[in-house]
Amino acid sequence: MAKYLLLKHYRGAPAAENDVPMDRWTPEELTAHVQYMEDFAKRIEATGEYVDSQALSPEGAFVRSGGEGKPPVTDGPFAETKDLIAGWMIIDVESYDRALELAAELSEAPGAGGRPIREWLELRPFLTAGHPATE
Amino acid sequence: MNESLVRELVPAVIGVLVRRGADFAAAEDAVQEALIRALGAWPDDPPRDPKGWLVAVAWHKFLDAARTESSRRGRELAVDVEPPPGPAPATDDSLWLYFLCAHPSLSPGSAVALTLRAVGGLTTRQIAAAHLVPEATMAQRISRAKRRLAGLPLDRPGDLGTVLRVLYLVFNEGYSGDVDLAAEAVRLTRQLAAATDDPEVAGLLALMLLHHARRASRTGPGGRLVPLAEQDRSRWDTGLIAEGVAVLQAALARDRLGEYQAQAAIAALHADAPSTGETDWVQIVEWYDELLGLADSPVVRLNRAVAVGEADGPQAGLAELSKLDPDLPRYLAVHAYLLERAGDLDRAAELYAEASRRAGSVPERDHLTRAAARVRVLIGEL
Repeated sequence: MAKYLLLKHYRGAPAAENDVPMDRWTPEELTAHVQYMEDFAKRIEATGEYVDSQALSPEGAFVRSGGEGKPPVTDGPFAETKDLIAGWMIIDVESYDRALELAAELSEAPGAGGRPIREWLELRPFLTAGHPATE
Repeated sequence: MNESLVRELVPAVIGVLVRRGADFAAAEDAVQEALIRALGAWPDDPPRDPKGWLVAVAWHKFLDAARTESSRRGRELAVDVEPPPGPAPATDDSLWLYFLCAHPSLSPGSAVALTLRAVGGLTTRQIAAAHLVPEATMAQRISRAKRRLAGLPLDRPGDLGTVLRVLYLVFNEGYSGDVDLAAEAVRLTRQLAAATDDPEVAGLLALMLLHHARRASRTGPGGRLVPLAEQDRSRWDTGLIAEGVAVLQAALARDRLGEYQAQAAIAALHADAPSTGETDWVQIVEWYDELLGLADSPVVRLNRAVAVGEADGPQAGLAELSKLDPDLPRYLAVHAYLLERAGDLDRAAELYAEASRRAGSVPERDHLTRAAARVRVLIGEL
């Protein structure tokens, strides 16, 4: 089994097929979208493939060490960055093809007009952390 | 009370329930519940007859579940409520479970999870932790696997090859969490070898023992990976090596060579050598040729190219490598290593760096990044 991260972007991914921002959706469209996401997570828990999912606020800042004895230095918000992550789902699957299949299914979530958003999801394999049993 | 003692009883207890009329899925669930109770209760109050305790508790759990199910469906209980008298026959309960849990109709991941639970006696929580997934997900993976097995005839022997592949997969999951899956795979394979009479089972056991023997020397400070050539061989476990070699020799004497025996023979030649330089690489290449005849695969050819590089020099290794697909996992790392040995340090450094970007694990990535840095120091770039 191999773990993959499915990354949703606020910004930075190529434009979705149904590219209407969420704040322009009707309440029913929003409900249908949330329902789809919940059902999807439940479905892949039932297949034993679900690991985790989280959503991220679009607010945030860059932060770095200010040097010894000095407070951390912050920068932001991210108005000028081209990449802004909206959230993720982690899956544990038998193959890369299965990961593609699930990502496509997630990307099919309904948006404006009840039509599938078909947004681009970034698919990233995890590096395993375990110690190998062989060379 | 030692946890592994409880776990060893699990397959036998499942066997008792199945012989009393429970179907495998329900029996396995009931025994898992009894196991969790045992792990909680036994440390304070160890039973005199652990197996009898587990059978009694599991049987009650099973009856409770079956009653709930039958009243839900408005049907009569299909099994005898009273267990048949007399002790349960001591036929090999674990053997059919190995075949069932590694049934070819299951995906490898499901087979691994089910084997660990029903044959290994691990709890769902432990299996989930070892695979870094939520317990609910692992529970679903296991019940799904059991649903897929429902209705299969239990008396028919399955495919031994799949059983061995599943055990080797468990072994290769290594030891990242609290549960040492490599050690668990050794235990399960040892048990299988005791219950069967197949030289390939012995071959797999020998292979695992010989790899396991090097474990302490395979990781350095901070979990860094130490390649075979740099391992402190005084830290190899000579007891495990002796056992592995003895198991392998007995298997080879039966003259029914298979891929696991051939791989174990290669591992034994490494175990036998005081250093990489004194390793019998010529014989290792011969074993790779045997292995190719038994189970040709790009991975075997890649490993063979490394051995050829040691036996006949890096140019010969590079010539072998050039026949292979560069997209193979570890191809770049092997290429970099052979180039380094051939003295082409510039390209070696580049390829080590490239290989590190394509590594599948953190220890491997770090190892290759360090290799690139080491070569760059040699050529004065760092």
